[in-house]
Amino acid sequence: MRSSRQPVNLVVLCLAAITALFFIFPLTGLIFRTPWSSMGSVITSKTSTDALRLSLIASLSTTALALCFGFPLAWLLARGRFPGKTLLRGLCTLPMVLPPVVGGIALLLAYGRRGLIGEPLNHAFGISLPFSLPGVIVAEAFVAMPFFVITLESGLRSMNTKLEDAARSLGASRWTVFRRVTLPLIWPSLAAGGVLTWSRALGEFGATITFAGNLPGVTQTAPLAIYVSQSSNMLPEAIGLSLVLVLVSLTVMIVTRDRSST
Amino acid sequence: MTGPAGLAADLQLRLDRLSLDAALTVRPGQVAALLGPNGAGKSTVLRALAGLLPLAGGRIVLDGTVLDDPAARTRIPPDKRPVALMFQDYLLFPHLTALENVAFGLRSRGMPKALARARAATAMDRVGLAGLTEARPGALSGGQQQRVAMARALVTEPRLLLLDEPLAALDVSTKTEIRRHLRQLLRSSNSANVLVTHDLLDAVALADQMVVIEDGGIMQSGTPAEVTARPRSRYVADLVGVNLLRGTVAGRAIRLDDGGELLTQGGGPSAGAALAVVPPAAVAVGRKAPERPRPNAWAGQISAVDLMGDRVRVRLDGTPAVIADVSPAAVDELRLDEGGELWAQVAPGDVTVYAP
Repeated sequence: MRSSRQPVNLVVLCLAAITALFFIFPLTGLIFRTPWSSMGSVITSKTSTDALRLSLIASLSTTALALCFGFPLAWLLARGRFPGKTLLRGLCTLPMVLPPVVGGIALLLAYGRRGLIGEPLNHAFGISLPFSLPGVIVAEAFVAMPFFVITLESGLRSMNTKLEDAARSLGASRWTVFRRVTLPLIWPSLAAGGVLTWSRALGEFGATITFAGNLPGVTQTAPLAIYVSQSSNMLPEAIGLSLVLVLVSLTVMIVTRDRSST
Repeated sequence: MTGPAGLAADLQLRLDRLSLDAALTVRPGQVAALLGPNGAGKSTVLRALAGLLPLAGGRIVLDGTVLDDPAARTRIPPDKRPVALMFQDYLLFPHLTALENVAFGLRSRGMPKALARARAATAMDRVGLAGLTEARPGALSGGQQQRVAMARALVTEPRLLLLDEPLAALDVSTKTEIRRHLRQLLRSSNSANVLVTHDLLDAVALADQMVVIEDGGIMQSGTPAEVTARPRSRYVADLVGVNLLRGTVAGRAIRLDDGGELLTQGGGPSAGAALAVVPPAAVAVGRKAPERPRPNAWAGQISAVDLMGDRVRVRLDGTPAVIADVSPAAVDELRLDEGGELWAQVAPGDVTVYAP
């Protein structure tokens, strides 16, 4: 048995401290350089409120899509028995490791105006995804939903399915089993997957700008607005929006941490 | 309702690694114990009876109602069967309190919440857990979890109660007490009860009927007294702890299949194949050969010496191979730890012969 009071190696301590500071410095930099006096006007400017509103709508829609469509896929990957499952899992989670810009190009080729599916879709129904809010949501879902699928799948896998048998033998219908046994037991991974997907969607940049463009008030989400402000020498605007995103992320992280640790 | 009360099952199961055919009849209030080597399919039988596993053929009838009949395409889903299954690892729901666990079956069957909780509280009281209703399973001891699982299974008043190794996960100190408790519960039940166990003591203490499953079918069944007195397979003989020898009747002797011959007390079949049982305590052992040649005496090499409670069990490789029980004092006397050759002797009166 290892002693829990083992002294910490000095080298380990130094390296750990450097890593921690590496993470903490940029955040403090952001706070120090915040133009507090003009923060109010920066955040309430039309560009900022539009960008934040779009970000909020798109990221929440993405999370909702993940719940509706990612859940069944995670279920199939965790519980299903069919040939090619590993391949399917690989393909569906590839966007996690794919450079988002590449994802954006791929989306254009598939769902763009001239895309494989986009063109017939446009002809038949007049639906066009690029350069629209639905296009933003599609781009964010493409990049962020795999996080939900993977997290939920591992939650479903680690659950003891014999508990569902036990519930069935006690007289619970399939729906009751799902509601009263499966769902409560996979709740932590469901919540974690949801938060992960949401925050990934909130920060999405590459795929969004490639597929949905950068139209203020239409497809310009907060990360895009930050990038535009920064590159057009409007640093206070960029910092103001960044700070809002940091605060939102931090709040979500603290709230979910508290839930899962109790 | 048609047909007699209780369980009448004719199971044909075909799984990846298992093919099993077994017929089982259990009257209300009775207990059948399923025994058999690992992988024989004991738990599979329970899962099939509970409806968690489809039958390949055969029928399950409970109180005259057909639960399963693949030929007639009848199959009542597990939640619609008046059956309760208690799993070996209990499978209590970790996110629910003990009381909610017990109330689960009642709630699932549509009982209003308040009534279900009241019934569950009574059931927990009956198994002596009145003070632990709000505890989560993770906070309970193994014995307490076992009782919660019992209460959860019994509270729905099943017509068929299935118990998968109900005592296996308990430590020795609580096992005896819980076995006594279980015995009372089963004796006073009005359900047909089927119990899977590894432990002969469980079967003898709890069951009216012992059913031994081996090699894809029922090897032997009968009352515990019948089965233990006349084991039909090596597995049962080992379980009971006796020598089982196969052979052919030759007058008052039995000629053994693996060589050798034993004079018997008679009373078995007059000819043909037969089985003979010799209790290990009836095998006398010594270092020296008998002074003049006599029946039922042969030599063998010591292959194992084990302490069995207050006795020592010696395994002898000879013709035939046997186990013999001696007193601990004999270990020194006979220098058993040195190994080597021992002589075994059995009185003909201790050799019981019966038809296989």
